[in-house]
Amino acid sequence: MSSKAIYEATGKDLINRHIAPGTALVPCRFAVFEQDTVWEDELGKNPWLTKEQLVVKPDQLIKRRGKLGLVGVNKTAAEVRRWLSEHSGKEQKVGAASGKLRRFVVEPFVKHDANEEMYLCIQSGRRADTIMFHHQGGVDVGDVDALAIRLDVPVDTFPTGEEIDRVLLKNVKSATTKRILTTFILSLYRVFVDLYFTYMEINPIVITNERLYLLDLAAKLDQTADFICAKNWGEITFPPPFGRDAYPEEAHIADLDAKSGASLKLTVLNKAGRIWTMVAGGGASVVYTDTVCALGGAHELANYGEYSGAPTESQTADYAKTIFSLMCRDRHPKGKVLIIGGGIANFTNVADTFRGIITAIETYKDALLQYNVTIFVRRGGPNYQEGLRQMREVGHRLRIPMYVFGPESNMTAIVRLALGHAPVPPDHRLDYAPHQLPKPEPAVRTALYCTH
Amino acid sequence: MKHSPPPQPAPQVDLPQLTDKLLDLACQSAPSRLELGQQLPARPLFSDRTKAIVWGMQNRAIQGMLDFDYICRRAEPSVVAIVYPFTADHKQKYYFGNKEVFIPVFSDMDVAMRKHQEATVLVNFASLRSAYDSTMQAMQHPQINTIVIIAEGIPENMTRKIIKLADARGVNIIGPATVGGIKPGCFKIGNTAGMIDNIVDSKLYRPGSVAYVSRSGGMSNELNNILSKEADGVCEGVAIGGDRYPGTTFIDHLCRYEADPNVKMVVLLGEVGGVEEYHVCRAMRDGRLTKPLVAWCIGTCSDMFTSEVQFGHAGSLAGSALEKAAAKNAALAAYGAVVPDSFDTLGAAVNKVYKKLVSEGKIIVKEEVEPPKVPMDYDWARKLGIIRKPAAFISTICDERGQELSYCGVPITAVLERQLGVGGTISLLWFQRELPDWACKFFELVLIVTADHGPAVSGAHNTMVTARAGKDLISSVVSGLLTIGDRFGGALDRAAQDFCAAYDRGQHPQEFVNEKRAKGELIMGIGHRVKSINNPDSRVRELKAYVTSRWPAWPVTRYALDVEAITTRKKPNLILNVDGIVAAAMVDLFRHCQLFTQEEGNNYIAMGSINALFVLGRTIGLVGHYLDQKRLKQPLYRHPWDDITYMSPLN
Repeated sequence: MSSKAIYEATGKDLINRHIAPGTALVPCRFAVFEQDTVWEDELGKNPWLTKEQLVVKPDQLIKRRGKLGLVGVNKTAAEVRRWLSEHSGKEQKVGAASGKLRRFVVEPFVKHDANEEMYLCIQSGRRADTIMFHHQGGVDVGDVDALAIRLDVPVDTFPTGEEIDRVLLKNVKSATTKRILTTFILSLYRVFVDLYFTYMEINPIVITNERLYLLDLAAKLDQTADFICAKNWGEITFPPPFGRDAYPEEAHIADLDAKSGASLKLTVLNKAGRIWTMVAGGGASVVYTDTVCALGGAHELANYGEYSGAPTESQTADYAKTIFSLMCRDRHPKGKVLIIGGGIANFTNVADTFRGIITAIETYKDALLQYNVTIFVRRGGPNYQEGLRQMREVGHRLRIPMYVFGPESNMTAIVRLALGHAPVPPDHRLDYAPHQLPKPEPAVRTALYCTH
Repeated sequence: MKHSPPPQPAPQVDLPQLTDKLLDLACQSAPSRLELGQQLPARPLFSDRTKAIVWGMQNRAIQGMLDFDYICRRAEPSVVAIVYPFTADHKQKYYFGNKEVFIPVFSDMDVAMRKHQEATVLVNFASLRSAYDSTMQAMQHPQINTIVIIAEGIPENMTRKIIKLADARGVNIIGPATVGGIKPGCFKIGNTAGMIDNIVDSKLYRPGSVAYVSRSGGMSNELNNILSKEADGVCEGVAIGGDRYPGTTFIDHLCRYEADPNVKMVVLLGEVGGVEEYHVCRAMRDGRLTKPLVAWCIGTCSDMFTSEVQFGHAGSLAGSALEKAAAKNAALAAYGAVVPDSFDTLGAAVNKVYKKLVSEGKIIVKEEVEPPKVPMDYDWARKLGIIRKPAAFISTICDERGQELSYCGVPITAVLERQLGVGGTISLLWFQRELPDWACKFFELVLIVTADHGPAVSGAHNTMVTARAGKDLISSVVSGLLTIGDRFGGALDRAAQDFCAAYDRGQHPQEFVNEKRAKGELIMGIGHRVKSINNPDSRVRELKAYVTSRWPAWPVTRYALDVEAITTRKKPNLILNVDGIVAAAMVDLFRHCQLFTQEEGNNYIAMGSINALFVLGRTIGLVGHYLDQKRLKQPLYRHPWDDITYMSPLN
C-alpha cells in the first residue's frame, strides 16, 4: 500500500521500457551485483562492462551516496571488481541507520562537463504533480527547494511543451538543450503518470553531445496500483529502507494482507528486542508504539504492526503465530513482554480474533514459557467480554503469565505495566507471574533520530 | 491505573523554529479548499432526516445503522436504497426497532439514484478496484452532497481525480480508507461505533458538546468512549481515513464545527506525516477557529526509529522535520490548542476544558434520558450464547460446515486418499459406518449390474418417452424412477424380507415354496423371462461367485439357492434372479459383517436400503437413455393406434 521506493535499477528499467521513442535519452545500461552474483555471468550478459569506463555505487535506497564517498567513478572493469570486493558486505552508517552494503549497480561512465549536469524532479501532491528543474545539478546541487523552478501540473492534465520551455527551462541558455529537455520531460511525465510513479528525482540529468543521460535516479511507485500496473511493471521488488533487512515473515504478512479486505501489517525493527506488540488498528498501533518509546523502550521495541478491518479467526491466528515464531527465537535474560492491545473496535468481532490469537498461544505454549514471555491484553468492541474471558482462561490453564484488561482500563495503561513503570494492580496478580516487570535498559546511544 | 507516575519526558528533537512565514509556507505546500475558494458550506452534513444509499451488500453495517436510527428516535431509517451490481433487483429485509422494513436493492446505481432523490449521502463499500468508478458515477448525480469511501488501497492517482471532481462539484468526500464517522441523534456511517451496546455505553444516541476529527477509525471509537466519560459526549465525530490524500481534511471539518452552534469544544487527533495540522494552526492564528481545541498528534515514536517505518496509515510517513508529530504538537500548542503530554492524558485535558466551559455557563449539562430498547439480532444473541432454541432439523450423516467436508466424520481428503470409492462413500453416507472392503466393493458391483436392462423395461421406456417429449434431464430421469415399485426393480426388499422370515423361522425351503404356491404368491427374487438353469444369467453367476468367496458367512444366500434348486425342478426359468441374489447377499452382509446388530440390519432392510441400491444403479442407465434419445434427436412419441385395443366401457 502507499508510496514505496524502488531500486535505482528498477526505476531506470521502467523508464527504458516505457518511455516513448523520439527522445534524446540514451537507454540506461546497468548491471546489478548482489551477494551471489557471479562476475563472469554479468560480464557475459553485459559485454560493455569490459569495453567502457564504469561507475559503481550501492543501490539500496541510500541518499547522497556521493557525499558518503560511496560512488566509484571512471573505473575499469578490473578496478570495479576490486571496488566491489572492498565494499561488499561492509557495514555502513547512513544517518542513524546502519546496515550492510549488499547490492550494487554498475553503469557506463559518461564523460561530461560539470556544467552539463542538471536537476530534475517530479513529485505528486494533492492537487497537482510538481515538476522541479534546476539548470545546475549534481552532487553539490544545494537546497533544491529554494533554488529549483517549479511547474505545477494539475491532476488529470498534461503540460504543454510551451509551458515547460517558458517556465521550467527559462534559465537554460542553449536552445538545443531546451528542445531536448522539453521533449524528454513530456515523455518522462507520461511514464510518471501511466506507471503510477509518485516520486522521481534525477540528479544529475546530463545532456552532452545532444544525447541525454540519467546518471542517478531515486523513485517511488504507488504500490496500491499493482492491480492496474502489474503487467507494465513486471516483476519488481519494493525493498525495505536501508538498515533493515527484509524478513520472510514480513513478506508472508504482506501476502496475507494483499489477499484480504482486512488489514495486516508487520515490520520487524529489532528481532532481538524484548518488547513485542500485536495491536489492533492503524491508529492505536501508533499510539501504543508512541507510549513504548515515551517510556524509554524504543531500542528494545522489536516490531511495529497492526491488524484491523475484521480479519477472520484463522487470519488472526496466522498473524499471531508469525509474531510468536519471531519472538521465540532469541532468548533475553529479562524475558519478553507481548502487548496485545487495541482500542474499542468498531466492527471487528473481538471474540473471533482473540480465538485466533488463542489458537496461536496453544500452538506456542511451550515456547512462550521457555522464552519467559509475559502477555498484556487490552481490548474492547463487539463481543469483547467473551474474548477477554477466553484469554484469561487460556492463561490460567496453561499457566502463561497474562494480564487481561477491558475498555474500563485506559488504552495504554498496559504499556506502563509491561515496561515496569507501575506494578500489576493487586486484583489482577497471579502467583505464577511477576508482579512488576523490569524497566527497559537505558539506551546505549543517546541520539536516535533520523533526519531526512 | 489512574495513579501511575508521569511518563519520562520525550527526548529532545530538533524542531524547526515555527515562524509565521514558515507556517504559511507549510500550508502552501498543500492548499486547503478554503484557499482555493471552495470552502465546504457551513451547514451541517448530517441531520436526523439525512437519507443515504449504501453501495455494497453490507447487511450487518446497514442493520447497525438502522438500530442507531431507532435508538436516536429518528422518525425514519437513514438507509433508503442499496446498490449491488451482482444481483437482480430485489428487496432486502431489515429491522427498524421491532418492525420489519424492506430496503430495495438495485443493480444499477443510476436507477437507485433516480428512484430515491431524497438520498443525499452515498456510503460506498466498493472494493479498492471499483471504488473509483462507483464514486465518479455517484458524482454525476447532483442530489449527492456527501460520499464516504470505505475501501483502503485505492491508488493515489485515482483518489486525486476523485478529489478534483469533488472539489469542482462541491461534494464532500469522507475517506478513503475510513470507517466513517458518527453524529449522535442524526446519522451513523456504516460500521462506525459498532453495535448497540457500544452506542449505549458511550451515550452516542444523544448529542453532546464535543466534536472531533481523527484519521483513525479505531481511535475514533476510543474517543467516543473517552468523551462520554470526560465530557458530556460526542456532538459529531469524523474519521478522515489513513490515506495520503483524504477527501476532506482536518481543517475542512474543524471549520464546519466552528460554524455549528451545538459544538462547544473540539478534539483533533492528528498524526505524523503531511502538513494538515498546520492549516489548523493558521486558522487559529487568523481567528477562524475560536472554540477550545484539545489536540494530540500520534506518531511521536517515528522520531526514535533508526530506519524509516511505514505505519499502518498510508499517509503516515514523515517526509520533513515539519511533518513530525512532535513538531506538530509543539506548533498546535504554540497557536493556542491544549496539547497534553501524551495520548494517556488526553482524557484529562478534555475533562479540564469541559469543566471550565460548564463553569462558564457555555455548556449546559443536560439531563440524561433513557434511550429506547433495541431488540438484539437473533444471530448475534446466539453468537454471544445468551439465547437458545431447538433446531428445526437434525442431521447426522454429513457435515459441510468445517474446514473440510466430512462424510460421517471422515474428512473428504481421507475418503479420497484411502480410495474408499463409491462403495465406501455409500457405506458412510447410508450406513454411517466404514464397512469392510468386500462389502463396499459389493455395492459397486450391484450398481454396475443393475445399471441398465435395456430400453424395453418400464423405467427406461418412461425416460425415453419423456426425453422425446422434449423435457429436461431431471424430468426424464424422475419419470423413469417413478415406475420403480413392487413390479419393477422394487422386488429386492420384499425378497429380502421373505427369505429372512423363512430362514429365521427355520422353514425348510420346500415348505417355503409350498406355502407360497398355496397362497398363490410369486416368490420375490425368483424367476426370469428368458434365463434358466441351463442358460444362466451371467450377472447372477458373477454375484454368486463374489458372495460365496468373500462373505464370512452366507446362510440366507444358501437358503435362497436351496429355494432355487427346488423351483427350477418345476420350471427351468425359475432361477434366483439378480434381485434375489442381491437381496439375500445384503441380508447376509448386514448379519455377518459384524458391524450391525440384528435389529439394525432388519431396520435397514425395512427402510428400503436394498432397493435404494437398485434405484441408484438404475439412475445411471436412465441418464444414459435420456442422453441417447437426445443425441438421436428423437421426435415426440405417439403410441400407434393399431397397438391399442379400444373398447367402449359398456361392452
